[in-house]
Amino acid sequence: MNAITQPLYKDKIVAQKRALQDPNWVKWSLIVITISFITLFICIPLGLVIFQAFSKGLTAYWSALSQPDTLSAIKLTLIVALVTVPLNTIFGVSAAWAITRFDFKGKSFLTTLIDLPFSVSPVISGLIFVLLFGAQGWFGEWLMEHDVKIIFAVPGIVLATLFITFPFVARQLIPLMQEMGNQEEEAALSLGASGWKTFWAITVPNIKWALLYGVLLCNARAMGEFGAVSVVSGHIRGLTNTLPLHVEVSYNDYDVVGAFASASILAALAIVTLILKTALEWKQSNR
Amino acid sequence: MSILLTDISKNFGAFAALNHINLEVPEGELVALLGPSGCGKTTLLRIIAGLEHTDQGHILINGDDKTDQNVSQRGIGFVFQHYALFRHMTVFENVAFGLRVKPKRDRPSNEIITKKVHALLDLVQLDWLHNRYPDQLSGGQRQRIALARALAVEPSVLLLDEPFGALDASVRKDLRQWLRNLHHELNVTSIFVTHDQEEAMEVASQVVVLNHGKIEQQGTPSDIYDHPANAFVSRFIGQTNVFDLENHESDWLQSAGLLSQGQKGKIAHVRPHDIIIEKSINNANTLATLKDWQHLGALIRIELVKNGANKSSDASIFAELPNDQFKDLKLVRGDKVNLKIRHAHWFH
Amino acid sequence: MSRSSVMPGFRPTIGFTLLYLGLVVLIPLSTLVFKSFALSWDDYLHIITSKRVLSSFRVSFSTALAAASIASLFGFITAWVLVRYSFFGKNIFHALIDLPFALPTAVAGIVLATIFQPSGFLGKLLLETFGIQVAFKPMGIVVALIFISIPFVVRTVEPVLLEFETTMEEAGSSLGATRLQVFTKIIFPNIFPALLTGFALAFARGVGEYGSVIFIAGNIPYVSEIVPLLIVIKLEQYDIEGATAIALTMLVISFLLLLLINLLQLWVRKRSGQL
Repeated sequence: MNAITQPLYKDKIVAQKRALQDPNWVKWSLIVITISFITLFICIPLGLVIFQAFSKGLTAYWSALSQPDTLSAIKLTLIVALVTVPLNTIFGVSAAWAITRFDFKGKSFLTTLIDLPFSVSPVISGLIFVLLFGAQGWFGEWLMEHDVKIIFAVPGIVLATLFITFPFVARQLIPLMQEMGNQEEEAALSLGASGWKTFWAITVPNIKWALLYGVLLCNARAMGEFGAVSVVSGHIRGLTNTLPLHVEVSYNDYDVVGAFASASILAALAIVTLILKTALEWKQSNR
Repeated sequence: MSILLTDISKNFGAFAALNHINLEVPEGELVALLGPSGCGKTTLLRIIAGLEHTDQGHILINGDDKTDQNVSQRGIGFVFQHYALFRHMTVFENVAFGLRVKPKRDRPSNEIITKKVHALLDLVQLDWLHNRYPDQLSGGQRQRIALARALAVEPSVLLLDEPFGALDASVRKDLRQWLRNLHHELNVTSIFVTHDQEEAMEVASQVVVLNHGKIEQQGTPSDIYDHPANAFVSRFIGQTNVFDLENHESDWLQSAGLLSQGQKGKIAHVRPHDIIIEKSINNANTLATLKDWQHLGALIRIELVKNGANKSSDASIFAELPNDQFKDLKLVRGDKVNLKIRHAHWFH
Repeated sequence: MSRSSVMPGFRPTIGFTLLYLGLVVLIPLSTLVFKSFALSWDDYLHIITSKRVLSSFRVSFSTALAAASIASLFGFITAWVLVRYSFFGKNIFHALIDLPFALPTAVAGIVLATIFQPSGFLGKLLLETFGIQVAFKPMGIVVALIFISIPFVVRTVEPVLLEFETTMEEAGSSLGATRLQVFTKIIFPNIFPALLTGFALAFARGVGEYGSVIFIAGNIPYVSEIVPLLIVIKLEQYDIEGATAIALTMLVISFLLLLLINLLQLWVRKRSGQL
């Protein structure tokens, strides 16, 4: 998950240099190993989603998708993403601004803390919200008395997803803005621009691709998160099942077409994310 | 050992980097490959080393055809432009590398390696740095380590790519002298690439001038300076004033005494020190006006503009005089002067 | 305190950052620690040293270790091939490397389970020709974790390979080293720290992974039951104490391992002159 600053491949230059050439048999065995490895672990699984989803024909696929449970899972997934992605985007921009534009004590500690959710197992990410808001949790009794449901309800799912997708945007922006420096912004300020104006006219145009990429990754994870959401959702069909949970439930019910039809939507989301990512990389390297 | 290149050509796609190069380097010479950037000099050096394939032609080192031999077998020493020191190894290990990778039967014992590496580090006067990593060295130190590393394998020829290119001006001066002395000491046939004519003239025993993938001239520094083979070499080596007779400068040049030696071409190149300046007594019929002058140390460079000549060629003329002669003339800006051209190179 | 007095917005952005970090990450995460204080040391030990918990830790860590190692080997080859060679369709393979980042783990889980189950298309092949059963065994967990690990390794090694100064290789060759010697003595030592980082990221992710594993693992207690699943099972049995104790232990072990690997990396970098 590096910032999208990967340069274009230099293979043409390398290929010309005599001393860098590997023997042909080495080169082609390594290429064959790579292609087999990626085919086995990535291409076949991807192809299988499509194959299984349409294994009983287009009508079966379509009817699986138009079941009320599936539709409500799609709706819930969208709602969760719609709430979490903007919040974490605002956080990411604000954290990146504070960290890259100012010096203060404990800055690197703060940066480490932001990455924290990456190193926590999804299941534990769900568990901590159960410990807070569950029946035996800190706020459990108070919530019960006031008839507020967080765990086994939508708010819990949103909270767990917020935690899981917390670092994505900040992670993309911090290295980029660090490298950019703040000279351009200082120049704008010295010319009389206000802080807001400087941010929108100078900072945003400079970071927009990295920002977009961060939002993209954040969104993909928000829509696709399984472990954390699974712990807090309670798997109530039609109510607290997101699309990934719906995939699990259908699969465990031996509803292969249903499971893979829902999975195909998520796979399509992943592919769109990858295509946009590749497009952004091209844009960056051709600039 | 001697190097012989026959009919070397190299194309990068449609671009001809080298065009039928023939070159002979006798044993023990220190040769500069000199030319503007993009002239193919680095490509030629890399082909000699075996780092690049040649499209045609042959490379013979000491009479042996090395054309198809891999760089690792060729037994050359190569000093890279940015040194290419191994970042993960100490200075000592960098220099020892070439000995350590020899096949078992040829590999010297650890003791011999240690002795040899320290001797080489002594040679480049950096033995005290043997435990450092390349990132902890200055540019000049890295350069000398790179040289010691290349010398460790006792190469038949030493090849250096822009050896002083990445250094500060002051360090560069010292290292030039040092390299020249080292070459005297070791007497290994060496070729270095440079775009700096002053550096080539100062360091090399032979200079090869390249342009557009072709050899323009090969010779000793004095040969090249005093007898440039063509207009390109003349302009590339040292400063020169260019007079084009087709530009109707003949009247003016006649007065400057140039044509008294006879017209031997269409274009005359005159070195600044071949122009003699005389102060005009009555300011009538003078040839030039002093526009400006600069102090170059022992010499004064005088910038003159032609008088009365047509304006199609009003480029300044540069002349150089020793300091004291200039003082005797007591010239100030705007003075009218006469001048005499002592010597010119003629080209067509 | 601030770097430049001209730049505006320090107070609001740092304020919001700290508040949000506290609410979303720190307070929730700290409950794990506080909740476990409710347990006595004996109770804690009793939970952690039960046979089922211990074997789930063994399963989780050993499969993650195996998967990260295998992914490191093949990930390194993949990065090398993508950076150094050109072949037909390379750009597509390059883009596909990130699929495990983007594909929801539940989808990966059911797909891998379908492929490798004994009646599945590869599972059948492996079972009939080599007698190897992948799904519902620890091997299945390893397969799922390799899938998850690929991009971590490739994407950490790739930029370092791209930046690698190829003149060092040329220098090595000019000094008489064979291509193999150039690889083992020059290229590999310079890439190794990045490979170690990729390995650590893959390993850390693998230990905590849940979604892609549970479908293929078979989840047989003492054999193929991973720690995250055991936490979920304890939760479903309303055994909050058990879940908390296991979770905290896993978190601490993961952090310690990451710390260890970071120290190891620091040592490697120091030894190789990169610091």
